[in-house]
Amino acid sequence: MSDPLVRALQELLGPQRVLATRGELLVYECDGLTQFKSAPRCAVLPHSTEDVQAILHLLHRERTPFVARGAGTGLSGGAIAQRDAVLIELSRMKQILEIDPVDRIARVEVGVVNAELSKAVKPYGLFYAPDPSSQTACTLGGNAAENSGGPHCLKYGNTTRHMLALEVVLPDGTRETLGDPFAGSAGYDLRGLFIGSEGTLGIATEITVRLCPQPESVVTLLAAFETLDAACRAVSDLIARGVQASAIEILDQRTIDAVESSVFRAGYPRNAGAVLLVELDGPAIETAEDAERVEAIARANHAILLQRAADEEQRMKLWKGRKGAFGAMGRVAPDLYVQDAVVPRTRLPEVVRGIGEICDKYRLRLANVFHAGEGNLHPNIAYDGTRAEEVERVHEAGREIFELCISVGGSLSGEHGIGLEKREFMHLLYSPEDLATFCRVREAFDPLRLANPEKVLPVHACLELRSALPSGERGTR
Amino acid sequence: MSESMANARPATACGEAPRPPEGAHVATREQLAHWTRSLDCIHCGLCLSSCPTYQVTGRENASPRGRIYLMRAVAEGRLEPDASYTQALDECLVCRNCETACPSGVRFGELMEFARDEEKKRVPPRGLAGFVERIAFRHVLPKRRVLGALLGTLRLYQRSGVQTLVRKSGLLRRLAPQLAAREALLPVIPSRRERAPLLERYPAHGERRATVGFLTGCVMHPLMPEVHRATIRVLNDQGFDVVVPPSQGCCGALHFHFGHADEGKELARANLRAFLREPLDAIVNNSAGCGAAMKEYPHQLEGEEARRFSSLVRDVSEFLVERGLRPIAPGPKLRVAYDEPCHLIHAQKISAAPKQLLRAIPGVELIPFDGQESCCGAAGIYNLVQPTLADAILSPKIAAIAKVRPDVVVTGNPGCLMQIKNGLAAAGLAIPVKHPIELVP
Repeated sequence: MSDPLVRALQELLGPQRVLATRGELLVYECDGLTQFKSAPRCAVLPHSTEDVQAILHLLHRERTPFVARGAGTGLSGGAIAQRDAVLIELSRMKQILEIDPVDRIARVEVGVVNAELSKAVKPYGLFYAPDPSSQTACTLGGNAAENSGGPHCLKYGNTTRHMLALEVVLPDGTRETLGDPFAGSAGYDLRGLFIGSEGTLGIATEITVRLCPQPESVVTLLAAFETLDAACRAVSDLIARGVQASAIEILDQRTIDAVESSVFRAGYPRNAGAVLLVELDGPAIETAEDAERVEAIARANHAILLQRAADEEQRMKLWKGRKGAFGAMGRVAPDLYVQDAVVPRTRLPEVVRGIGEICDKYRLRLANVFHAGEGNLHPNIAYDGTRAEEVERVHEAGREIFELCISVGGSLSGEHGIGLEKREFMHLLYSPEDLATFCRVREAFDPLRLANPEKVLPVHACLELRSALPSGERGTR
Repeated sequence: MSESMANARPATACGEAPRPPEGAHVATREQLAHWTRSLDCIHCGLCLSSCPTYQVTGRENASPRGRIYLMRAVAEGRLEPDASYTQALDECLVCRNCETACPSGVRFGELMEFARDEEKKRVPPRGLAGFVERIAFRHVLPKRRVLGALLGTLRLYQRSGVQTLVRKSGLLRRLAPQLAAREALLPVIPSRRERAPLLERYPAHGERRATVGFLTGCVMHPLMPEVHRATIRVLNDQGFDVVVPPSQGCCGALHFHFGHADEGKELARANLRAFLREPLDAIVNNSAGCGAAMKEYPHQLEGEEARRFSSLVRDVSEFLVERGLRPIAPGPKLRVAYDEPCHLIHAQKISAAPKQLLRAIPGVELIPFDGQESCCGAAGIYNLVQPTLADAILSPKIAAIAKVRPDVVVTGNPGCLMQIKNGLAAAGLAIPVKHPIELVP
């Protein structure tokens, strides 16, 4: 072990908690997105905020970049270690520190798995609302970094609405508290800035979250349609008529097929062109009324099948199928490229059609499974990464899809973040001035640009900024 | 056919078959098949939280996704297998909890067994540990007489007072703490009379409903003869003739798990010969690990016989529930905690049947506990070769059992039974651990 940095980290944490051989590091070369690969210089496993502080302090002194990682389920390459960065694996920090059922808050370490928190607070009649499809594996720290969503964020809002305060370690090793579980926001909302910053401003180590009371009643409806188009039109109608659902999801035929062949088979009709999952929650009297409205709208859009989940078990099954859909695609091809664009919900039918045409043009297998109620699309392109020519076609199609979404007034990311994957598209959405402003924000937290380098912002945007700065301002705080 | 076979991906879905990249070490048909299967994993990570070793270590290379990534990298020539690769393979329990979590239907158990076998062939285990391993897998487990002699010696060690001396003196603990930890796992060896071989045939009581073969296994008969007797008694009471073919042997599960596939296949063939000699309605076993391995013989052996054999294999609870239970006489009032063996719930996808059987016993009340479905860390001989991890995996289960204070813990696998027994004893809890079938009066 000749790397002096590795030796220094070992002295800090003990040899067991520093991984440095090629075999140990290769597994960290990508996260849930496998198109980009880059192994870290070494990986460390802190157990506490103090550990993280000590690590960052050392790395700051050595001018060494770092990247934080939770469970590595992210889909934009956010946890990939570029520039020989040190990978900080936060999976060991998984204590639920405090549950306060009266004030409905909980304080957790960042490595706590999303679904574990909801499980722990269930006996108090509470739940943690954001529910990304990877919730049985992904960590709350990762959710904070990506401002994650999930089917039920349609009603409850994304992660930023549910994280009240963060304990963070800045890239120079100093510790700060952002936000406050009780006070409102006096001054700048730095907590809001930090959430969704994809690990580029520092590392959160503890989070205080808001918990929601479990609703009095939940109705889950499944409507099947002959075509994907019909399902999309039904969603546009639901939105236009003001139906307040807690989740509205669509799965197309190829996704249904993959899910129904898996351990998560949910009983989606295999002959349908698409299924629509709609969930309503709230007082029983309201959900009953809304359910009838949803059914009427589905019928008006020629639904071929309408079902209500009879009990909690069937309801869970319908959702497990939806949430296992990404993984189930492994049955279609060895690699998967999941996009995350957002479009106005009234434009859903035409955009979904357009994406289908783009994939046809590039001869790619497309499966659609998405948060229709939020206009958050997840076109899943299945491909074989060992064929370079096919990978090229995936990239081309990806670019065209983004251009299409932005042309109708949409955005690059609903919940997966920009990461490595989408930074080259940021200029489609933002002017050079906008990007330069982002860079200044980043530099305020991380003047040496050590935190998750080469993510979110296109490299050239900030290089331009740096060359424009007077030399004295570079690299100091 | 096993569930994992039924879940194989649709053959036509992928279009053309993927080709291994330049420089891959994928020469044989078997290597190609396993490499292709490793591509079913698309790195979603949903397996992580199901994996006991990932839970304990937080290391990606101790997770199913990480292990598959490494196997694939080795096959593709991107990674020279090193010590950390061997460790990543060795640390796996092969509990197959990940298969239950995997939306893509990755056949992880098969991949791991194949990778271990390849690795054992590449670097045969050396030194004293390697010698002991070779002797155990080739000459002890498969040979009933050698196993009997060994257990006889161990019984002598326990009965003569030498064990008491060793434990009291603390000498072993000081000289060889690793060995002492393993010595502590040694169960009480029953007497030679208790270990006497079973008869070849036990007739049904009352009207005969069917004839079943019964697997006695390797260590289970000499170590837990009472479980076998209870199984046969219940099968007879329920109207089944029980045949115990004398030429049967070890099922080979441990051999497959620990990278000795050739020896495992030989044992599997011997069992095909022993059990397919006469027409049987089922081949019943009471050990989750053996049952899973026997249901998967067709993964190891080609041919009609292996498929026919595996289609007959049933866990005793599965078999009784499938056939319908005759009324069971009331037993004592008992609060029972049922621990789900990984190779029942994950490998064989059997979870309801043992609970149904237990609920059918008047007087039994099932008590749920946290982590009922999680691994106990026994995993065959894992607790012997990876004692530190095994302990870390076991301790939350013991704590959860302590919290609900059942009258008895039951589990349908000999390894789990001993592991939990040891864990409870070490925690100073006087809660007996039994096989579910033993509760049937």
